[in-house]
Amino acid sequence: MTDEAAQAGANEIIVARDVHKWFGQLHVLRGINLTVKAGEVVVIFGASGSGKSTFIRTINRLEEHQRGEIIVDGIELTNDIRNIAAIRSEIGMVFQSFNLFPHLTALQNITLAPMRVRSHSRAEANTAGMKLLERVGIPEQADKYPAQLSGGQQQRVAIARALAMNPKIMLFDEPTSALDPEMISEVLDVMQSLARDTGMTMICVTHEMGFARAVADRMVFFDEGLIVEEGPPQQIFEAPTQARTRQFLSQILH
Amino acid sequence: MPPPITVVGPLAWLRQNLFSGWGNGLTTVLVGAALVWLLLQIGQWAVTEARWSVITNNLRLFLIGQFPADQAWRVWLNLAIISVLGGLSAGVYGQSTRALAITLAACQLILAALILASPLGIVPALALAFNAALVLVAFVVGLRGLVPRRPIAIGWLLSLPISFLLLSGMAGTPLPSISTNAWGGLLLTVLIATVGILLSFPLGVLLALGRRSQLPAVRILSTGYIELIRGVPLVTILFMADIILPLFLPGEWRLDRVARAMGGVTLFSAAYVAENVRGGLQAIPTGQIEASQALGLSTTQMNIHVVLPQALRSVIPANVGLFISLLKDTTLVTIIGLAELLGIGRAVLAQPESFGAYLEVYVFVAGVFFVLCYAMSQASYRLERALGVGTR
Repeated sequence: MTDEAAQAGANEIIVARDVHKWFGQLHVLRGINLTVKAGEVVVIFGASGSGKSTFIRTINRLEEHQRGEIIVDGIELTNDIRNIAAIRSEIGMVFQSFNLFPHLTALQNITLAPMRVRSHSRAEANTAGMKLLERVGIPEQADKYPAQLSGGQQQRVAIARALAMNPKIMLFDEPTSALDPEMISEVLDVMQSLARDTGMTMICVTHEMGFARAVADRMVFFDEGLIVEEGPPQQIFEAPTQARTRQFLSQILH
Repeated sequence: MPPPITVVGPLAWLRQNLFSGWGNGLTTVLVGAALVWLLLQIGQWAVTEARWSVITNNLRLFLIGQFPADQAWRVWLNLAIISVLGGLSAGVYGQSTRALAITLAACQLILAALILASPLGIVPALALAFNAALVLVAFVVGLRGLVPRRPIAIGWLLSLPISFLLLSGMAGTPLPSISTNAWGGLLLTVLIATVGILLSFPLGVLLALGRRSQLPAVRILSTGYIELIRGVPLVTILFMADIILPLFLPGEWRLDRVARAMGGVTLFSAAYVAENVRGGLQAIPTGQIEASQALGLSTTQMNIHVVLPQALRSVIPANVGLFISLLKDTTLVTIIGLAELLGIGRAVLAQPESFGAYLEVYVFVAGVFFVLCYAMSQASYRLERALGVGTR
């Protein structure tokens, strides 16, 4: 490897090479190659069933890939439980259905992992947790339980919860698709400021094309378990090279 | 526009629900008359015919069995320790343990009243009334925040061994040794039930987790244990614990008979707790597990902080039902020669002076069981409500 290649390699925080995944007989990922640089914001879109959610879930081992390799920040994802723990501690994840812990308050949801995994003191974790709640704009909801919050507020708590572990990478798995329309923008605003102000590496599976146009460095189109097309938003929106990309975009943009 | 008026007075309620027509009115009158007649009959028996002296004269037997009368203070002292702990917990931990404190105080007050009506004298009654007051005092102390949480938790952990030491004593100390053969009556019933509940719960939780474990050996052992125990009646297990267990143990290992009964009840109940808890575990959405994993929690941390708090909360009603039947099932230990409440009742009936007083004895025993079970059920409702904050 030349020095130049090593330099480029150091900047590449996620490298996926020829990733395959089957659910039983169903071949859902059919050789995904994707490299993400530190600080990059990548938006993944595609029809449902195209494997986009499955792919980002393989990045922190919520799904196991069966062929190919995934390297996160220099650590290869293998069955070694220590590797998985190390990689998960660098990746925050936000889910479509929030998955907040219903028996804990908003603040407790945020402080649980820092206190248990990182052994932070309660006081330390609470201070950091309140800062995060301020950052997502709902410090006054700290002592409410998830069921007492609106969908948009719950998703913002979920983002704060993921950020509390100081991850290098954030994965968003359709973060707005379970939300009522009027709450989508409050969540997108938080994600946008996260990308702009902190330079966080982000991979978002989303169909919010306005968000993609404004924030994404690169857009990746998934179809039937393969990456069909990728490129900067401008190119994807204005001059997509693949017929399937054009067709999909015409279906979701009116 | 104001909402329609839906609240009605008692008269209107009567009219609507009991006398809405000729037929309904007639039914109400007839059923009402029958109920009144029945209550009068029972009341008349209870007041004029029943020989309650059979109960009051034997109250010590009913309460503590053959436990030496001059050592009975050890039981009251033991209750005092539990009262203080219960009161403190109610003050410090709040709603979830308050029901326990109320139950403790109420039951001891009822006992004190019973003792006052018996030849046992005023001292034990005063001791129990004092204990009830202790609950209140400890509650206030706890509420003021004068006691930190950790000593209370340690106190509860130590309370079981301390109770045993206090009750059984040790030869050569100021607490003379009392054989567990002398333990009996309500004391034995409550002890077996308490130990059974306290030990079978954690054991059952472990078995439930074991049954869902990724490790085949753990899974097969847990499943095998649960299925085996659930396939056998409690009586059989008690016999096994009493007769067969000593055959396998070396001769010098003489496991106490009461301990064997407690072990049998615990092992039996654990299998049922495990199945209840497994139901709760299955109800946890996979999203909760994925979120925990994504945050980097280990499996143990996830179980302790995310899965079990939700799963156990949802199975409170089922588990309390189980524990209520465990309490009643302790009557089966009579079969291996232990004199718990019902056993004492039959012993009392065998005395010539209580000849024929079946109804009095069985009504009393049933009443005591009812009070205990009702208290448990009320405590569980309160616990559910206290823990239900914000879920759903």
